[in-house]
Amino acid sequence: MLSKKQLFTRGMIDVAPHMLSVIPFGIICGAIGVELGFNPYLVYGMSIIIFGGASQIVYLQLLSGGASTLVAVTSVGVINSRHLLYGAVLSEYLDKLSFLKKLLISYFIVDQGFAESNKFFKKNKTEQHLHYHLIGTGGTLWVCWQVATISGIILGSFVPEELGLKFAIPLTFIAIVVQDLKKLDHVIVMLVCGISSLLFFDAPFKSYILISPIIALFVAALLLRLKK
Amino acid sequence: MTWLSITIAGILTYMTRMTMIALVRRDLLGEKIKAVLAYVPSSVFPAIIFPAIFINDNGVYINMNDPKIFGAIVAILVGYFSKNVIATIFSGLLSYWFVIFIS
Repeated sequence: MLSKKQLFTRGMIDVAPHMLSVIPFGIICGAIGVELGFNPYLVYGMSIIIFGGASQIVYLQLLSGGASTLVAVTSVGVINSRHLLYGAVLSEYLDKLSFLKKLLISYFIVDQGFAESNKFFKKNKTEQHLHYHLIGTGGTLWVCWQVATISGIILGSFVPEELGLKFAIPLTFIAIVVQDLKKLDHVIVMLVCGISSLLFFDAPFKSYILISPIIALFVAALLLRLKK
Repeated sequence: MTWLSITIAGILTYMTRMTMIALVRRDLLGEKIKAVLAYVPSSVFPAIIFPAIFINDNGVYINMNDPKIFGAIVAILVGYFSKNVIATIFSGLLSYWFVIFIS
């Protein structure tokens, strides 16, 4: 039986390799926010209030491109809907916690933390204080994310516009999905989404960002049915 | 106004994290919905990638010889084989800068 402290430390160690991608991503997120002309306090505030890198960048990019607030907020919801899946998977291990603890721990659920803690939970089902591992991964990611976005905001004000740092936005997202190119069904879904986004790019309020995922998810559901 | 919308986006995001853990019984999401949710990244992110590469700031399609296309292809290849996030982003940026500033 591991102690709370041991579990927490183990979480920190397990998530450490992800810092290599989280820190540059946070720096890019902060720098791009400033580059797109947003108030630095606002760019940083998002890291506490939303605490979800991809959705933060998308939100800023959409607003700076003239999207309506409603579309920008909704797309944050769509992008982050994947947390529902994480929550559903983790809830099995967090069942015994009090309601208040569940509310608090939920804030720290992010992609990399979920991935590492879920791996650990599967192997150590009998541990009593499993949630300390999740606090270890999520807390570490939180601190790094805050420091990284602040650094990005400071650096971003020095980066000359000619460098075209905005191009880092699609590159960042390529880095997120590129491993899924190994799976044919994902490739189809990605192409459907990408092509729809070009076709509907001129739809009002930048709603292509919502229309294309809906079409792509529909295709994904169809593919799942075909697979059976 | 922007602060308000960020706060709403933040609450929405928190709800996605908290709902399944604290509010509802975990078997509420059927296997089918869970399977579809696994496709969310592939269904969302290309809608950011494609326009950011193929459409320029004035809302016009770019040419096939645009440095952004070259940069994106390099990033995809490097990302696919290296599985490294930083290498993916920086190889794309560097090859993009190489075309713009050097060649």
